[in-house]
Amino acid sequence: MRMSHATPCLALAAALVVTGCGQGGKAPLAGAANAAERVYVAPGEHDELYAFMSGGFSGNVPVYGLPSGRLLAQVPVFSQYPEKGYGYTEESKPMLMTSHGFVPWDDAHHPQLSQTDGKVDGRWLFINGNNTPRIARLDLTTFETVEIIEIPNTAGSHASPFLTQGTEYVVSATRFSVPTPQQDVPIASYKENFSGVLSFVKVDSATGHMTLAFQIRMPGYDYDLSHAGKGPSHGWAFFTSYNTEQAHSMLERGASQNDKDFVAAVNWKLAEQCLAEGKGRKEPAVYAHNELDEATHIASHELRREVTVLEPSACPGLVYFLPTPKSPHGVDVDPTGEYIVAGGKLATVLPIHSFSKMIKAIEAKAFEGEVGGVPVLKYDQVNYCEVENPGLGPLHTEFDGKGNAYTSVFISSEIIKTNLERCEVVDRIPTYYSIGHLMIPQGDSREPYGNYMVALNKITKDRYLPTGPELTQSAQLYDISGEKMELLLDFPTTGEPHYAQALPASLIKDRQLKAYDLAGNTHPWVTRSEKDVRVVRQGRNVHVGMTAIRSHFMPDNIEGIQVGDSVFFHVTNLEQDWDVPHGFAMIGALNAELLIMPGATRTLVWVPQAVGVYPFYCTDFCSALHQEMQGYIRVSARGSSVPLTWNKPE
Amino acid sequence: MRVLSRALVVLAVLLIGVAYVRPLWHIALEAPQYPEGLGMYIWADKITGEKPQDLNSINGLNHYIGMKEIVPESIPELRLMPYLLAGLAALGVLVALTGSRKLLLAWVVLFALLAVAGLADFWKWGYEYGHELDPTAAIKVPGMAYQPPVIGSKQLLNFRATSWPALGGLALMASVALGLVAAVLDRRRRPAAG
Repeated sequence: MRMSHATPCLALAAALVVTGCGQGGKAPLAGAANAAERVYVAPGEHDELYAFMSGGFSGNVPVYGLPSGRLLAQVPVFSQYPEKGYGYTEESKPMLMTSHGFVPWDDAHHPQLSQTDGKVDGRWLFINGNNTPRIARLDLTTFETVEIIEIPNTAGSHASPFLTQGTEYVVSATRFSVPTPQQDVPIASYKENFSGVLSFVKVDSATGHMTLAFQIRMPGYDYDLSHAGKGPSHGWAFFTSYNTEQAHSMLERGASQNDKDFVAAVNWKLAEQCLAEGKGRKEPAVYAHNELDEATHIASHELRREVTVLEPSACPGLVYFLPTPKSPHGVDVDPTGEYIVAGGKLATVLPIHSFSKMIKAIEAKAFEGEVGGVPVLKYDQVNYCEVENPGLGPLHTEFDGKGNAYTSVFISSEIIKTNLERCEVVDRIPTYYSIGHLMIPQGDSREPYGNYMVALNKITKDRYLPTGPELTQSAQLYDISGEKMELLLDFPTTGEPHYAQALPASLIKDRQLKAYDLAGNTHPWVTRSEKDVRVVRQGRNVHVGMTAIRSHFMPDNIEGIQVGDSVFFHVTNLEQDWDVPHGFAMIGALNAELLIMPGATRTLVWVPQAVGVYPFYCTDFCSALHQEMQGYIRVSARGSSVPLTWNKPE
Repeated sequence: MRVLSRALVVLAVLLIGVAYVRPLWHIALEAPQYPEGLGMYIWADKITGEKPQDLNSINGLNHYIGMKEIVPESIPELRLMPYLLAGLAALGVLVALTGSRKLLLAWVVLFALLAVAGLADFWKWGYEYGHELDPTAAIKVPGMAYQPPVIGSKQLLNFRATSWPALGGLALMASVALGLVAAVLDRRRRPAAG
């Protein structure tokens, strides 16, 4: 989402009060007194909050502690991750399957913590894959990716996976309009043949299972970001759009001509009603649904082939357009559910719409026209106010629950604090440099945890020790508990951090799983005791049911393997103790290692290429005798008479 | 027997009941890399981990020094003890019902002897586990034995082992003590009763 370069700062500095252009490139010291003390977490102490960052083009979710900014975990989601064997083990490979086949990478943008009644509940984290449109669900007791659903008819799932206040739905909107269903048409026929689809994915409230409930076929614009209503506006979801000009080439200019684009307001409760009345149409569409079975530890992959599409014209009142200046990016609903803040990235004001005014305008039919079957409401009938002097390039807004909105401003590289009721900027502070999203813990919920704010920056330039042409990505932590925002800390991040969400550690830290229950492991090749180890030849496949416990594998000597066999090492970690994973690494393996948590079974396939005796060993330092945790495989020529043998416990 | 003595015996019997349902002894193991603690409970009829997996973990650790695996099912005392406690309780009831001073004295002496024998047996098991080590074990420290204390703390390599009576054990001790008090009370009364 690197929109433009930092140089516009210089070009546009004269136009506005710009505080963040860092003349001379050297930022002043943090203004906050005793900032170090306020972010210091003593050795052995815990952070106050978990922050789940998007890993951007790493495809991961890195997890940080706040206020220290310490990296705690990398959760692989859309990308193969050899360190954990994710996307390489037989169990996890299905998780990365799509309708295009195995897609081992994606561009992860927006983490969303599940909510109950508008409050963060600490159950799941959802995140979108922007490139090959997908939504993933992570379990917050295991920090594992447990489900991924692909979104059909969509190209660039950017406005995703923003969720409704009861996690009824997570949404997705297409960034690129495309022909739906796909067809071979000239690109220049964009206006006739392209459409933009908004998707609503139903989340089962007990299990978290995701199903694609319905899609709304919208005019062919670029849909950018979203947020659902809350409190009084619960039942509505809002999406920004740009390129209402419908350019299909050189959008830089072509999509920047209209003074106003639209926020689409979708009444999803009405959609449910229209669907119940049979107004949706089933259309063929191929998309993947992958889910981890937590008992077998194996992910399944299936292709689904049908989707229900709802046309706005078939369900009057389903969607309204709110004119919004200019190429709006973020659309954010305040904790009361009344104010809808849209960051017009090319606008000179920050427009705030009013939900109650919007409802009145709909009742009064205050329309200025209609596009593609969608009524366009009159701007002055929905707009609450325009915040003057918001800086240049306002993008995203979060809230502190005390009546203030905090908006990231990309081009002027700053954060502005706006009093919503008075509609005026009350404070501003620079970011280093070119902030994209910002995040207040629970700042998009009905109950913000409004003491801290994190800026997620796009450019770091001189802020850290340089590391060649590619510099670190970076976040900044601010204290927002007082009148004035105070910068406390810079900390590097991995991947490009887009959005992030955070929750108080107390909400989930005591619910962390320490080990998988070995007795409850129903993997078809689980080996629950060393007495049950086995090696089974099935044609050219050899399955090894192996165990790992400090400090040995069983069996650790296997003979009778032949060149070209596919050897499936199904390794069960027999440990039931906290923090005792074992690794498994085979020389010449063309995939990765295994990292096996206590009580779990993981499978690595190895195809020996030449005769010989080959070692394997434990990679995760497990005990004083870790270095002794090793074994040998004897590989004979194809068709050799060496019998299949292996050792067993004495 | 005085009414008070009989009441004390009844109370002593109830305390034996506590030893049925609560662990007798607790052995805690502390080491830097086990901040969450590790330990086991000895009950009248079983041995359990302080946390569900603790016994497995303790056995796993013990294999480095060649200690025998602790398999509760293979310890005959754990099968015998519930019957001994039931016998003691039944005898206590008989003492309270009959009010026989002789029986009371016999009961208290038997109870105290069994308690001492039990502790001695516990020490013996600890001695055997601590000394009868597999000669092929990975870790061999010359002169080192791993006998846990019956009561108190002891450093065993990186672990500090601390052993104390648990609620059931304390109840049994209190029960013996009450029996003794009852017997003493009755003895004082003897000259007056003639």
